[in-house]
Amino acid sequence: MKLPFSNLRVRIETRADNPGWIGLLSSILGVVLALFFGGLLLKVAGAGNPIATYREIFKEAFGMPADWLAGIKALTTGTSCPKGMLCFGPLSDTLVKTAPIMLTTLACIVAFRMKLWNIGADGQMFMGAWAATAVAIFLLPKDTNRVVMLSSMAIAGILAGGIYGFIPGFLKARLNINEIITTLMLNYVAYKWLEFFVVVGPWSLGDFESTGNFSKSATWPRLTEYVKSNPVFAGLTVHPGIFLGIGAAILLAWLLFRSRWGFQIRVIGDNPKAARYAGINLAKNIILVMVMSGALAGLAGMNEVAALRTLTGRFQRGYGFTGVIVAWLSRLNPFAAILVSFLFGGLVVGTKLIQPQGISSMLQGVIMFVVIGTELLFRYRVRFEKPEVILPVTGGVNEL
Amino acid sequence: MVETSIAFEMKAIVKRFPGVVANDRVDFSCQIGEVHALLGENGAGKSTLMNVLAGLYRPEAGEIYVGGKRVSFRSPQDAILNGIGMVHQHFMLVPQHSVAENMVLGLRKPRFFLDLTRVEEQVKALGEQYNLNVNPRAKIWELSVGEQQRVEVLKMLFRGTKVLILDEPTSVLTPQEVDSLFHTLRDMTKRGHTIIFISHKLDEVLAIADHVTVMRRGKVTAFGISSKGVTKPQLARLMVGREVLFQVEKKKCETGEIVLNIEKLRAENDRGLPALRDISLKLHAGEIVGIAGVAGNGQRELAEVLTGLRRSTGGTITLLDRKLDDNTRWQEVGQSMAHIPEDRGSVGSVPGLSIAENLILKNYFRPPISSGLSIDRMKVRQNATRLVDEYQIATPSIDVPVRMLSGGNLQKVILARETSGHPKLMIAVHPTRGLDVGATEAVHKILIKQCEGGAAILLISEDLDELCALSDRIAVIYEGKLVGEVLADSVDISRIGLMMAGVKADS
Amino acid sequence: MNSEALTTLALTILFGALVSGTPLLFATIGEIFSERSGVMNLGIEGMMLVGAMGGFATWYNTNSLFLGLIVGMLLGALLALLHAFITITLRADQVVSGLAVTFLGTGVSSILGQPYVGQRVPKPIKLPIPALEYIPAEQVIMVLIGVVFAILAWYYLHKTRPGLNLRSVGEYPSAADSLGINVIRTRFIYVLFGGMMSGLGGAAMSLITDPGWSDGKTSGLGWIAVGLVIFAIWDPLRGLWVSYLFGLLRRLPLDLQNPALPFISTANNPSIGRFMDMLPYLATILILILGSREAMRKRLGAPSALGVPYIRGERGL
Repeated sequence: MKLPFSNLRVRIETRADNPGWIGLLSSILGVVLALFFGGLLLKVAGAGNPIATYREIFKEAFGMPADWLAGIKALTTGTSCPKGMLCFGPLSDTLVKTAPIMLTTLACIVAFRMKLWNIGADGQMFMGAWAATAVAIFLLPKDTNRVVMLSSMAIAGILAGGIYGFIPGFLKARLNINEIITTLMLNYVAYKWLEFFVVVGPWSLGDFESTGNFSKSATWPRLTEYVKSNPVFAGLTVHPGIFLGIGAAILLAWLLFRSRWGFQIRVIGDNPKAARYAGINLAKNIILVMVMSGALAGLAGMNEVAALRTLTGRFQRGYGFTGVIVAWLSRLNPFAAILVSFLFGGLVVGTKLIQPQGISSMLQGVIMFVVIGTELLFRYRVRFEKPEVILPVTGGVNEL
Repeated sequence: MVETSIAFEMKAIVKRFPGVVANDRVDFSCQIGEVHALLGENGAGKSTLMNVLAGLYRPEAGEIYVGGKRVSFRSPQDAILNGIGMVHQHFMLVPQHSVAENMVLGLRKPRFFLDLTRVEEQVKALGEQYNLNVNPRAKIWELSVGEQQRVEVLKMLFRGTKVLILDEPTSVLTPQEVDSLFHTLRDMTKRGHTIIFISHKLDEVLAIADHVTVMRRGKVTAFGISSKGVTKPQLARLMVGREVLFQVEKKKCETGEIVLNIEKLRAENDRGLPALRDISLKLHAGEIVGIAGVAGNGQRELAEVLTGLRRSTGGTITLLDRKLDDNTRWQEVGQSMAHIPEDRGSVGSVPGLSIAENLILKNYFRPPISSGLSIDRMKVRQNATRLVDEYQIATPSIDVPVRMLSGGNLQKVILARETSGHPKLMIAVHPTRGLDVGATEAVHKILIKQCEGGAAILLISEDLDELCALSDRIAVIYEGKLVGEVLADSVDISRIGLMMAGVKADS
Repeated sequence: MNSEALTTLALTILFGALVSGTPLLFATIGEIFSERSGVMNLGIEGMMLVGAMGGFATWYNTNSLFLGLIVGMLLGALLALLHAFITITLRADQVVSGLAVTFLGTGVSSILGQPYVGQRVPKPIKLPIPALEYIPAEQVIMVLIGVVFAILAWYYLHKTRPGLNLRSVGEYPSAADSLGINVIRTRFIYVLFGGMMSGLGGAAMSLITDPGWSDGKTSGLGWIAVGLVIFAIWDPLRGLWVSYLFGLLRRLPLDLQNPALPFISTANNPSIGRFMDMLPYLATILILILGSREAMRKRLGAPSALGVPYIRGERGL
């Protein structure tokens, strides 16, 4: 690449000497820079003082430390929070939003570890939601025991998501069809599938575009239901879904770093040729990993319907794409994913009431770019040099 | 411009790459209308020299004159403007495009609108003129390799090149196509073209060339010898030299039972042409058998078939008492067979994983590393620490990703992994390529130790010194056949050189 | 329903398809060029959105449709520049960068477009032909431009030298490089071109086909374009037909709402509408399956170097 007006060439070459903390540093730097640029954009948009806006976001997402202290005090003394919902309310809302993000992120992590670009987590999530709803409303009687009901819904979600992940996996393994396109297209098919059932089809309650509320046994128990045991719990909607996420993260971490299968996945993702040489079956693993990825996303779908108590035409799209970003920001590490998902959950909750609406989306995009940029900056070294030898186009029998 | 019968002159060309001087003050020139062969073995510098002439490389020193005028090429396009073009071993043709489209690709004119019909007519006319017939509308992927080569030659003629360089052109052709090519080349010289023919095959060189220049280790050992008055042994000697070799004091190991029995093995290369033709070889425990030969004569395919990376099309391979074929569970076989691949970073290791993890690539699924679903981290680390120590791998820790290791250390990791299972057979392909003296010595020591422990080793290498130093016997592979075998203690380098160049042992 | 009404309906549907499909056409052909050079751009949706918002805002403040379209193009190109720099110069992953562009474009357009939601929209320009007065002139012009554009694009790609160079870069960049073609510059140019056309598509939507701005105006059209490129087998003329097909499919459920239509009224059979919506995506997958066999793939022409960053000196691609 030539710099204009000069004879110098810019060459970009990989640094070999990278300590592990570079990744973390670039992520943090990325977030800081993103906030800065985001603030600039907000200012340009005339949305007011960026610092105040960020403060509002933080408050909406997590609450303020003073309120946390008050809440802890109330918790230990068995009284209710003096500020009502403000003590743990935001945290609770954030945790609720964190669960589906975490699950789709884990879905993306397991696929990306093998360089399978599953951007269809959204579709797989939708199918999981659909299957869980089918169980909740039609397959099991409404008064089934809660544990049984929720477990069945989870299994349905996992199965549906897994099957939906199997399709692009199979197409890639057997016919080498690009999974980016197939998963993307299948997203739309899933959206329409859900729309068909809920908006115009058999499940629809007419004009309401929804299936109606689930029975109590088909919904997540919420902390607020236990308000009798501690008044602090009043109004908090956090539910066990978050544990699904954390549990899945731990399971995935064990899988990737301690199990044989995980070793195979990592080898394939890094160097498929060496994997083949080591006797690892590529096709089988492609399918298995896509199924697992789809299953995790399907579980996210189940989590959502169990939390929302219903399935409507307005079922949130986009978790699958957020999963891509969070997975990447977590450097494909399940434990980091727990933390980053939590932060993104906060971002979603915190920006819900902020006008204009696009802030969280824009911040996500800016974060992505800045992190890509800083990471590459650390990864590559830029060299200036005089025009040198044209690099050889050789290969084959006699090298010299 | 001076009327001259000299097509071009290269004076005192120096070309360096990291760690090696590929061309060491080379002088070379050609007469107009001759076929001039450039002969030499691997690493001799002939392809490099021609790449300089064709404008791909810039020499560190030296001058080039075309038609008496001093020229300096900044790109292949400059060379072509001066009438010099090169047909490489890897064709620069876009498979999805037609012959005509490839013909005009990269030309300055016409600038915008392409009249492909006219180009097709021109191609057809040119083809008829030179008897290089090819359908100008055909897509490249539809053509045979021989036809594709014709397109490359036509491409050069289309651009008006007068000096045509061909780099190992016959390695991809059938015998009939070789005849046809020679016919065409003769014809072209009658029209005033100059042909430079890079090769390592003596028979062909003597058949087609008017003059021969031999290179060895970056220098010209003989320039412009008339092909009429020279014998093959003379050429071979010029190719491989006759120096005293440094012999490693190698104890002859106890040889035992037959470990590997290859019978009439056949296989095809990536293009579907035969790469191995009825290869038969026996390896005994405790012996090192070297395979000598110029790259591209089947060595890679041989290693790949033996390690399960390529299917054979005939013959049998027996490892100890087990037949190796399509049904073989290679992961199991891998326990008794070690493979040091040619390509360290690509097939041999997983660059992003740590040393410790690379070391268990062959046994991650077995006890003691793993029993059941999970991998025992403690055992992995113990294994790694032990091997790093034993093989003296220089690294700050066992968690370092292997892509950060130097070539020598990476090779040690691969060797450690492959030999720690006490294999009965070892297949080492160019094991010291690109390594410095110290690393090379370390690798050699490891190989000898394995042999002393009773393993049979198949050593495929381009380095004759290495082969002579380590092997008990050396077999030479040429065009997919084993054309001769010599015992190492009575080795005659020039005989090996002859065999590598295709001359039968008794001619 | 009498035959005259049916004819009118048919013509309305047909024209509606052309109008609805043209913004898609712009984005699709733009992406065809980008992918033909070897770079995949998943950020089309983001580029269309900033184009739509920027174009509308420009019109709002200048009352010039033309200026609005130009600004839309520029904004799309700007985002594309970001994507190009990251994927070509820095050789980062194309998928991740494209998604980031979409997020960025979605967010920025949403934020900066806030003041323009629900504002006055451009009034349709009347055609000077009586009996056709209710057809907006700018829509007709846009459709015509679309057709001409597709034809020119096809000609450029297959019959000119720059087109040949472009195709070579996408198929076998090292061969193109060795023949003197600047691979990096070529890729930059066509990625920018793709972004420009996506921006134009977005602006066309907010100014001509469905005037006005609202959050998420393009509602996923950019993603459809990614699939359409494949459906069109990277050929601009096919891109023309498939864009119109999609335009038709998008409008059909709406157009068929008249309950008096025999059999196929979507008001009576809304489920058909949903399944019709699925068809294009399923069809794309089908095309991929058919094209998966090597021999067929060579004929169908997915650019061989698509998605692979170009590093000089590497063997093979």
